[in-house]
Amino acid sequence: MKIRILALLAALFIGVAGLPAFAQGSSQAPSVADEMAIQALLRGETVHGRITIPDQRAANLIQPQGREWREFHNVTLAWVGGVAVLGMLALLVVFRVAKGRIPIEGGPSGRTIQRFNAFERVNHWMVASCFIILALSGLNLTFGRHVLLPVIGPEAFTEVSLWGKLAHNFLAFPFTLGLVFMLLLWIKDNIPNGTDIRWLKTGGGLVGNAHPDSERFNAGQKGIFWITVLGGAAVAFTGYMLVFPFFFTDIAGMQLSHMIHSIVAVLMIAVMLAHIYIGTMGMEGAVEAMTTGQVDLNWAKQHHNLWVEEELAKGRAASPPTGAKAAGAD
Amino acid sequence: MARMKFLLDSDRCIECNACVTACKNEHEVPWGINRRRVVTINDGKPGERSVSMACMHCTDAPCAAVCPVSCFYTTADAIVLHDKDLCIGCGYCFYACPFGAPQYPRIGNFGSRGKMDKCTYCAGGPQADNTGAEYIQYGANRIAEGKLPLCAEMCSTKALLAGDGEVIAQIYRERVQRRGYGAGAWGWRTAYRETVAI
Repeated sequence: MKIRILALLAALFIGVAGLPAFAQGSSQAPSVADEMAIQALLRGETVHGRITIPDQRAANLIQPQGREWREFHNVTLAWVGGVAVLGMLALLVVFRVAKGRIPIEGGPSGRTIQRFNAFERVNHWMVASCFIILALSGLNLTFGRHVLLPVIGPEAFTEVSLWGKLAHNFLAFPFTLGLVFMLLLWIKDNIPNGTDIRWLKTGGGLVGNAHPDSERFNAGQKGIFWITVLGGAAVAFTGYMLVFPFFFTDIAGMQLSHMIHSIVAVLMIAVMLAHIYIGTMGMEGAVEAMTTGQVDLNWAKQHHNLWVEEELAKGRAASPPTGAKAAGAD
Repeated sequence: MARMKFLLDSDRCIECNACVTACKNEHEVPWGINRRRVVTINDGKPGERSVSMACMHCTDAPCAAVCPVSCFYTTADAIVLHDKDLCIGCGYCFYACPFGAPQYPRIGNFGSRGKMDKCTYCAGGPQADNTGAEYIQYGANRIAEGKLPLCAEMCSTKALLAGDGEVIAQIYRERVQRRGYGAGAWGWRTAYRETVAI
């Protein structure tokens, strides 16, 4: 807005300055090109012309949108990202202090049930490790110069950022592939239903001490799933626009891609911090689901009672293989 | 110290591209990189106008503001330069620059653009003045030799002026007063947040 006012003042100034000049008997009409250029600048549009070199992007004489992108990158993104990430960390500290580590009620039973198979776990860790490196290298591009650069110096920081950029570009591919697998593996257990509404109404047991029913994934986990899949899709799509610069779009498209990419990414980072906390140090018995794949039966009954009943029912209904003997029969 | 600026008088530019050629030759700028270019607005229509444009060495330069590795610096003459040894080729300066000045050796090669290159105002870079290393990375350093940028020096109609902002603005003012018209200093409002008062 400020830029537009400045441009308007400039136009008025040129106009006022030009009037006496024309009044002095000059037969020259005001230049059409100048007027159009001023009008374009007033509307915040690109001043575009013809160029004789092959690089047609160079035909943009002035693109005022660059200022808006700068404002976004240096102010909006820094604030949104900073508040989201630090705010989530603060929230988790408060949660930890208020709630402590969520224990398995009645302690571990010693008997386990399979929660995730090997493929699910390998895929999860592929996406997770990619995400962590993508997140750190991405945050580095926005905050590194203020946080890391003064600590390690310009040469070392360039080295780190260069490797970070390469990692960011290449890890995009396994990350996207993993997201596709996640979608195919888990979508059937992540369709929202009435159980989720009841879970949310009771605060999911996170707020208060209710024990709402839950299927394989509770409403919170379903939220994480959809944020990962949909947010990941947005980040991947805009990321591919950025990694193949100007191949699919022009300068305005590149700026917009970067804006969507970075805002969605910092919000996803904040959400994933909560996911990482509750999946590891925040809850007893949770991390085994993604390490060994075997969770304690008491944990499963406490957090996913409907899923446990379903799994046990499957086991009861299964017919024993031919030739199987009852335990202790031989 | 002087405050170095470019000023393009579009009432004089005849789109001869001598500035572009002079720049390319002086710095041995590789194929595909254009530190300076001439854009023609309203080509073939009434009021056609050509503008030679390069890095304007902005006050509060957007490139420097967004650079993730802070590789830009401003000299005592207010010339905006950058350190190619620190540049990671992320392309952010091109998104922020209002004039499309930053150039990259490889633009479409999977995001690996290579080190950014742009107009140095013929002032080289952070290497020692007029050394081989400086020439390879940034081109000639005419400022260190007490000379002005070659594009402006070569301009046959003196449409492109380079030098201290006060001095070139005064030249332009006198021109406009004598001939009775002037389209304004191209890009000054955007680059320097001021225009030439006549």
